[in-house]
Amino acid sequence: MFQLIPYLKGYKKESVIGPLFKLLEACFELIVPLVMAKIIDVGIENRDMPYILKMGGVLILLGVIGLACSLTAQYFAAKAAVGFGTELRHDLFRHISTLSYQEIDQVGSATLVTRMTSDINQVQSGVNLVLRLFLRSPFIVVGAVVMAFTVNFRLAWIFVVAVPLLSIVIYGIMMITIPIYKKVQKGLDQILLTTRENLAGIRVIRAFRTQKEEQKAFEKESHTLMQDQLRVGWISALMNPLTYLIVNGAIIVLVWAGAFEVNTGKVSQGEMIALVSYMTQILIALVALANLIVSFTKALASAGRINEVFAICTTMESPKSRMEKVSDKKCEAVLFDHVQFRYHGSKEPALSDVTFSVSKGETVGIIGGTGSGKSTLVNLIPRFYDASEGRVLFDGADVKAYPMEKLRGKIGIVPQKATLFRGTIRANIQWGKQDATDEKIYEALEIAQAKEFVQEKPKALDTMISQGGKNLSGGQRQRLTIARALVRKPEVLILDDSASALDFATDAKLRKAIAERTKDMTVFLVSQRAASILHADKIIVMDDGMVAGIGTHQQLLKTCEVYREICYSQLSKEEVEQYEKE
Amino acid sequence: MKKNKGTVGKVLKLIGPYKYLLLLSLVFAMISVALTLYAPILIGDGVDVLIGKGQVNFPEVFAILKKLAVVIVLTCVAQWLMNLCNNRITYRVVKDVRIKAFARLQVLPLKYVDSHPQGETISRIITDVEQFSDGLLMGFSQFFTGIVTILGTLVFMLGIHVQIALVVILITPVSLFVASFIAKRTYTMFQKQSETRAEMTSLVEEMIGNQKTVQAFGYGEEALKRFDAINRNLQTCSLKAIFFSSITNPSTRFVNGLVYAGVGITGAVFAMRGAISVGQLSCFLTYANQYTKPFNEISSVITELQNALACARRVFDFIEEETETVDQKDAVVLSQVQGEVKLVDVSFSYQPEVPLLEHLNLTVKPGQKIAIVGPTGCGKTTLINLLMRFYDLDGGQILLDGNAVSKVTKDSLRASFGMVLQETWLKSGSIAENIAYGNPGATREEVIAAAKAAHAHGFIKRMPEGYDTVITEDGGNLSQGQKQLLCIARVMLKLPPMLILDEATSSIDTRTEIQIQKAFQKMMQGRTSFIVAHRLSTIREADVILVMKDGNIIEQGDHKTLLARNGFYAELYQSQFAE
Repeated sequence: MFQLIPYLKGYKKESVIGPLFKLLEACFELIVPLVMAKIIDVGIENRDMPYILKMGGVLILLGVIGLACSLTAQYFAAKAAVGFGTELRHDLFRHISTLSYQEIDQVGSATLVTRMTSDINQVQSGVNLVLRLFLRSPFIVVGAVVMAFTVNFRLAWIFVVAVPLLSIVIYGIMMITIPIYKKVQKGLDQILLTTRENLAGIRVIRAFRTQKEEQKAFEKESHTLMQDQLRVGWISALMNPLTYLIVNGAIIVLVWAGAFEVNTGKVSQGEMIALVSYMTQILIALVALANLIVSFTKALASAGRINEVFAICTTMESPKSRMEKVSDKKCEAVLFDHVQFRYHGSKEPALSDVTFSVSKGETVGIIGGTGSGKSTLVNLIPRFYDASEGRVLFDGADVKAYPMEKLRGKIGIVPQKATLFRGTIRANIQWGKQDATDEKIYEALEIAQAKEFVQEKPKALDTMISQGGKNLSGGQRQRLTIARALVRKPEVLILDDSASALDFATDAKLRKAIAERTKDMTVFLVSQRAASILHADKIIVMDDGMVAGIGTHQQLLKTCEVYREICYSQLSKEEVEQYEKE
Repeated sequence: MKKNKGTVGKVLKLIGPYKYLLLLSLVFAMISVALTLYAPILIGDGVDVLIGKGQVNFPEVFAILKKLAVVIVLTCVAQWLMNLCNNRITYRVVKDVRIKAFARLQVLPLKYVDSHPQGETISRIITDVEQFSDGLLMGFSQFFTGIVTILGTLVFMLGIHVQIALVVILITPVSLFVASFIAKRTYTMFQKQSETRAEMTSLVEEMIGNQKTVQAFGYGEEALKRFDAINRNLQTCSLKAIFFSSITNPSTRFVNGLVYAGVGITGAVFAMRGAISVGQLSCFLTYANQYTKPFNEISSVITELQNALACARRVFDFIEEETETVDQKDAVVLSQVQGEVKLVDVSFSYQPEVPLLEHLNLTVKPGQKIAIVGPTGCGKTTLINLLMRFYDLDGGQILLDGNAVSKVTKDSLRASFGMVLQETWLKSGSIAENIAYGNPGATREEVIAAAKAAHAHGFIKRMPEGYDTVITEDGGNLSQGQKQLLCIARVMLKLPPMLILDEATSSIDTRTEIQIQKAFQKMMQGRTSFIVAHRLSTIREADVILVMKDGNIIEQGDHKTLLARNGFYAELYQSQFAE
């Protein structure tokens, strides 16, 4: 929390005025019992009607001033807290966009979204609460005790005993119940898990006829949860009765001791009533503080989580200076030089000793099983990750030498997961090239085999895509993401298993169009389907992070055992050989 | 409103079993409120005895304080017991509701589950029940005592002095008006705030959730610009919403201050005239505070209660959902299934206005392999849904060994099929538990034998704890292929006479893939099998290939016949190798 305090810097005035006025309000509240005491001791005693009315007026005036103070306090506290939240949000958003893939993997995007939304909201209301109430409650407690001392020194000692006693009970019960509440939360999480599992597996559960067993398990979990809830309820139900007991016990002692003081004339009747009032005020303030602490700990936890994100710094430096290098026709488009790569925190390298080169205009197929390192390999080209050892060269220069935007601007990548954004189809394609005209967009759509279905939509390019592209089929989404990468006419196009949702026919048409219409583009085709990469100029076979073979289909069939295995598991003997002959 | 009444009735019915506990809770509530209200009177009496210097009657003070001590202790005990009763009622009722909801989940038709988002169903069983429980507890502990306190205070105040009581009665409602006035005003502001927040959340979800894509296309700057615009909007409307809503507390406190002052002035005037004692005045001042408190709370309690009722209604709706069709009384229990399947004039659709299967006929001889192929979304899985009776037919019949499946018990029908779906589902638990799923009596040897038959033994052995390795939710620590092998082993343990297999489209590495193929082959020997097929090798070896398109079976026959026909299948097959 404290590391985040600088975000209040722009709101210094507000952060001081807020609590200050809150304290003023508390002061006025503390004066009320004294005024009442005067009414009783002076007004009633002397039967002085004007005095009573005057003091009554003072009471109302105190209320009005208190209201004004407190409204001022609320306004400035709210302003400071909201301003704090706004700037924190901005900074966190910007910070996240500087993170590289490695850091995003480490934290997880879902986590980042929660940090950006609910955690910041939680901290914002925490700040608001602190500015408003954190000073007020302790101040009332201390203030009431001090006032008691001004009324009567000896009776005030009862307060000095009662306040710690009350605090111990309130915070003691909190301390005992918080861990049990956590256990309750865990029980709740467990039944949530069971419910989710049962929903997801409903077909299997019915097929295996295990409904009764599932029901029994759920009932058992619900029962455990209930028992924990009852246990924690038993203890927290003590809070109100115990505080009531202490406060009223103190009042009994007060009246008893007060009887002697009154008898010796050291305390008046009115003052006795004031003391009783102070005791009640203390109780209310302490309870408020206890609730405040609960929300404050939540805010603290959120603040801690936000700080964790801020603490993560990007491991990738982007050179600021512009690389002035004229593209040389003779340069290899992409060259891997003994590249090793290891994901953060992983012992096994995901890629080891990968070396190959690709000339401009070539089509490269990359094939291999899941986890063999295909995607990892292509992710090193646009420098989503940095190689742990070895070098990756792009157009003759190390990828680390390019300014990041420059490098990525030359590459069109279609990731495995087809991600689209809310907005029109046009806006989505323009992610690839901001100023792309409709004509260029349609050209890209045509190559991506998406022109037809886009034109069939009544609004064509103006068709709105909902979040995540849910109003499109998986295949349509994939084709749009391909068009998005194509529209910038990249030097290198990377298709990372991005035709998996297309049927065989469309997949084939797509490959044909790319081959015909983008002659000088270097294309990387990552796939699990042997049929998709058969015709590539060069096929790289990946196996367990290593290159198992490089060559054409015909060459690899002869030399590469892994490749043969893949082909024969997917295609018939005739099919494999048919292409060998071609 | 009428709907609410129905819901209240149902809630009462739920509480029914605990009515004595409820009665007890009400009795304790009355006792504790009555005693709480009696204490200020005693304190007032105590103050009255302290008249002034040298005039204190000590024995009387002592007597009053003794009484007060007893009252206080009794109040505490009554309060605590009341709380215990309330907890007990609430948590038990909630458990009952939750178990009922979960039981309903087990008998819901698949149609319901498929057509409602998972999150929605989960939130009914978890969140809504939770909210209902909070509301119920709050209702018991605050609503009832609040009302009793208000009524009790009124009676006591009127009993002491009518005019001062009137002052309190007249001013207090002002705080209610103020609170509801502010609440109405702030409602729109809060709505604006939550709209803006929702807008921001969805942008954040898109941009941060897909940060990798954002970076790949260098969209970061643009995203930040869009974010800042919303952020500034949020700042403005949040400030308004937060500030105006935070006016409520000080305002009601101000009204309370007015009540206090009013009681103080009028009370002092009457005390001056000797109509009431100073002690009674102090008692009035305490009442004035006590009386306003439930008033301030009651509006929030009412919203909470309304919310709880709304939640309860959603839960009840769920509990009252129609169940799967129940087995007929004279339903046949299948045994010794041969595996002859006949579809006679079968019609089926998910939505009446979109026809899917129409007048479908198919005869499958025992032991045949049926491959179902076609483009995505053509209704391949529909056949699985119908064979397993996850959905009921609209027309026609499915006959199993000559028995109409609608006249067979669901349990025995489902028991005669072994099912492996593409979407693998595993329970959180150990690997052995998962393989023995549905056959809890299986021995370790049987489990291992099944795993071996499914070619899963190898990787299981390499897991840190072997067969006792715990699988996290949804098999997070296993690869897709390994999960599928476990699902196969689960069926292998007790191989039923017929099979339904749904081949994975992709994302399985080659070696595991080969193992899965082998396992499938072994399972299918001599069993009638329906396979939703993506692998050409599977398709080629099938006895009958059903080619589906837009919900219809457009071609039927084996690989050679279909190729020779040169129709849709031939096109589909050849397109894969087109240059």
